[in-house]
Amino acid sequence: MKQELICIVCPQGCRLLVEEHNGSYQVSGNTCKRGEQYGITEMTAPTRVITSTVCLKGGRYPRLPVKTNGAIPKKLIFDCMEQINQLTVYAPVKMGDVILKNVLDTGIDIISCRSAKSNEK
Amino acid sequence: MLEYDLVVIGGGPAGLAAAYSAYQNGVTKILILERDDITGGILNQCIHNGFGLHYFKEELTGPEYAQRFEEMLKDTSVTIMTQTMVLEVTPEKQIFAVNQTEGYITICAKAIVFSMGCRERTRGAIAIPGDRPSGVFTAGTAQRYINIEGYMVGKRVVILGSGDIGLIMARRMKLEGAEVLAVVEIMPYSNGLNRNIVQCLNDYDIPLYLSHTVTEIRGKRRVEQIVVSQVDQDRMPISGTEIVFDCDTLLLSVGLIPENEISKTAKVTLDRRSNGAVVYDDMQTNIEGIFACGNVLHVHDLVDFVTEESMKAGKSAAQYILNQYRHSEQTVMVENGEKVSYTVPQKIDLAVGEPETDLFFRVNQVIHHGIITVLGEDQQVLFSKKKAHLLPAEMEKIHLKKEWLTKQRQITILIEE
Amino acid sequence: MYDVIIIGAGVCGAAVARELSKYQLKVLCLEKENDVANGTSKANSGIVHAGYDPKPGTLMAKYNVLGNQLIQQLAKDLDIPYRKSGSLVLAFDEQDMQTIKQLYQQGIENGVPELSLISKEEVKALEPNLTEEIKGALYAKSAGIISPWELAIAQFDNAVDNGVEVELEQQVVDIQKQEEYFTVITEHHGKTQQFQAAFIVNAAGVHTDTICAFISQPKFQIVPNKGQYFLLDKSQGDLVTRVIFQCPSKAGKGVLVAPTVHGNLIVGPDAVDIEDPEDVSTTAKQLAYIQRVASKTCDKIQYRESIRNFAGVRAQGLIDEFIIEAAPETDRFINVANIKSPGLTASPAIAIDVVKMMEKAGLRLIKKSNYLSTRSMIRFKELSPEEKQKIIQQDHRYGKVICRCETVTEGEIVAVIHAPVPATTLDAVKRRCQAGMGRCQGGFCSPRVLDILARERNVAPETICKDKAGSYILTEKTHKG
Repeated sequence: MKQELICIVCPQGCRLLVEEHNGSYQVSGNTCKRGEQYGITEMTAPTRVITSTVCLKGGRYPRLPVKTNGAIPKKLIFDCMEQINQLTVYAPVKMGDVILKNVLDTGIDIISCRSAKSNEK
Repeated sequence: MLEYDLVVIGGGPAGLAAAYSAYQNGVTKILILERDDITGGILNQCIHNGFGLHYFKEELTGPEYAQRFEEMLKDTSVTIMTQTMVLEVTPEKQIFAVNQTEGYITICAKAIVFSMGCRERTRGAIAIPGDRPSGVFTAGTAQRYINIEGYMVGKRVVILGSGDIGLIMARRMKLEGAEVLAVVEIMPYSNGLNRNIVQCLNDYDIPLYLSHTVTEIRGKRRVEQIVVSQVDQDRMPISGTEIVFDCDTLLLSVGLIPENEISKTAKVTLDRRSNGAVVYDDMQTNIEGIFACGNVLHVHDLVDFVTEESMKAGKSAAQYILNQYRHSEQTVMVENGEKVSYTVPQKIDLAVGEPETDLFFRVNQVIHHGIITVLGEDQQVLFSKKKAHLLPAEMEKIHLKKEWLTKQRQITILIEE
Repeated sequence: MYDVIIIGAGVCGAAVARELSKYQLKVLCLEKENDVANGTSKANSGIVHAGYDPKPGTLMAKYNVLGNQLIQQLAKDLDIPYRKSGSLVLAFDEQDMQTIKQLYQQGIENGVPELSLISKEEVKALEPNLTEEIKGALYAKSAGIISPWELAIAQFDNAVDNGVEVELEQQVVDIQKQEEYFTVITEHHGKTQQFQAAFIVNAAGVHTDTICAFISQPKFQIVPNKGQYFLLDKSQGDLVTRVIFQCPSKAGKGVLVAPTVHGNLIVGPDAVDIEDPEDVSTTAKQLAYIQRVASKTCDKIQYRESIRNFAGVRAQGLIDEFIIEAAPETDRFINVANIKSPGLTASPAIAIDVVKMMEKAGLRLIKKSNYLSTRSMIRFKELSPEEKQKIIQQDHRYGKVICRCETVTEGEIVAVIHAPVPATTLDAVKRRCQAGMGRCQGGFCSPRVLDILARERNVAPETICKDKAGSYILTEKTHKG
């Protein structure tokens, strides 16, 4: 089986060709190691990093940007959003603080992308 | 009256990098003037990732990228004045600004870096006909409402423009529970990165209509319908191809325009092609001691490139302050040739500054297997380089040694096929 | 019980309201939209015509020439952006030369001051950016440009300061005539309300025929006629310094090119009869037509600098004349109808006669001793550095620039939200202090203005509208928390 893919690891967007032979994958068209890994993962168990916001109380703005600190299975995107949407964070918070540990048992955490001081407004 | 060696106007990624670089290069009395509550500029609302791969060698979100720079500046002597709006800059490098605590401020600077960024093209600029209801937003305004203010702007959405901002907003609206009915692109190709087509549209089954545009907005109060038509080779709508979408929102991602209103007050010469200042290879404008970088100079694809350019502007500004150098007579003008829409810098000074320079440009059409060529005055080839794909959406860069250009008054960049 | 109810808060309603506010009267203005000046009055060329167009002896001629003079004082008293720019009517051929001669004669008969016929060379000296095809022009120095909606808003603000009441979102659904008074029945947010008054002024613009029909078979019929426009960035604002017309035709004064008082360039309108008086949509075909016609006047207009297209509806009738008269059944019901161009210019003069007509019909006019004749606004960007410093010290909100394109501060926005006729929507704020009117069209400032509106009015952000009721901006919070 052959599959053409566009690599999403970096803005370069290399065109990959992934070929499968008896369960093992051959990636071509990639210009870096991460591209090869992406090609294989995309075929076997695609994953994505999720970025969104959570409710912030006591800060300057009402929302705090967050992300998953690693890629999670693609099929869990909307479940993950549901988890994120239930979170409320209280200022102060630091960039990198874990907001939710091990989201959906993926081993991945939701972390803060910005520091927010308290009661600035 | 306040006095600073360097005043940086705009505390977005360009301004932060320019100030940091000027400090690294020996200037200590630096002031950043930022009109918003916090620095970081548009990065604060760009909560998606994909930033920093070049500069930080890791993938960051917009807010993280901004904060990295803020933290780098923390241990420096750079002063940041937020909520301060610059009203005017004179060619003599006097700055007039206002804020709530100090009122009307006059600042004198030895050098100034312009890093005011850009604004979005609006419905009016592209004259979309129809009613004028609410529910028509530029993508950036919608992004601000959603990511900063925490409010959704609609439930059923059509997006015009498949540049990266349009694609990113398609995914963002979808993740927040809206239905994204279509992304519509007037060109036969997307202006966004391939990776964003995959992870923003394909991942969520959002259809992309190439060679289509919005030909009518319907709805007396709020958007009710958007009419989309196919366009011909001259980008004119083909009658009979109309598709009507029942929706409440239209997002526009139809281009960015450098914000040079303050540059005009300083009598900085602007380039009609890039919509930014005409600069030397040290990022200096025609006004001695006034530099420009980032999206106020020309619209960039990646913040990493903004950073790189702004570091250069900051360094040059520092050298200008410390050495008081002047541009020489040995200046080469850079002209656009075939298939090139603009270049930055537009002037290269052979006697002053670094012995080598990067030259950025954009092509005005999709080109496969092109040869980037630099011609001298007598049509001799000074430089050439093959490139498999050249796209208007992707800024191109070539690296030139000034020694190649000696005796030239003018060079031309063009693409041969 | 009111002495007078004015139906319609456009520029005519505004002028009548202000005129009546000089007297000891109880006056109410009813408006179906959520702001004053939200119909024809906000969407037109914004020209103060000199008065050579209307046929001598008509009401249009009389009120135009008088209105032109009155507006100059009104603009001063009420701090309305106005400039006596002058206007040119261009002639491109012999027939046009005849037309401008006729217009000149007509102008002289109408009593228009400072009118002259000038040569091509004189035209080019005044306006170097016009095309070469010009043969000559009619030059009217008394013509001007004004912010049309501010002409109405300022008069309402002043009228309210002097005790007039303005009720918005009151759709008049019926009027019953009693012996001594009228009962006006309205719908307000789905509920029926009643108001009584001895006199009615029907200034309902494109709906004057509908309103009149509640009382008597109207002798007039409104045939709504739409005109579309380009509004261009300030970068194009100094292409011309005067209002530049082409020769008028049956369709009207034709496509003009003019600066606006806010420094932009306006190009338009066309003229097309329409069915729906609320249809203000623009069309690609007519916008292209306008560009084509305007290129005869000036071929240097950069349409890529366009910041907005809009359309307005003329409250035009079947006859080419204003109708300022009482209904046949009762002299206490005055129709102010067929107010097409030069209606904006004529409105202050019309108002004076409307009040006189009501006086004749028994309205007692006793001057107020405490009448306040002026109204003013702070426009931060027009202040000197010292004044800027002073006002920020007095109120720090003037130190926070919200609209970057037009340099409008939080102080100014808060002021219009709490004005006599308060701004409650984004567009209402824009019309009063220009926030969002610039080249980014509110891209940067609209979230901030919305925030200030919600805060100052103490309402949820989701309830704030862009313009008319139902033009909501936000749907819901991104999180329930």
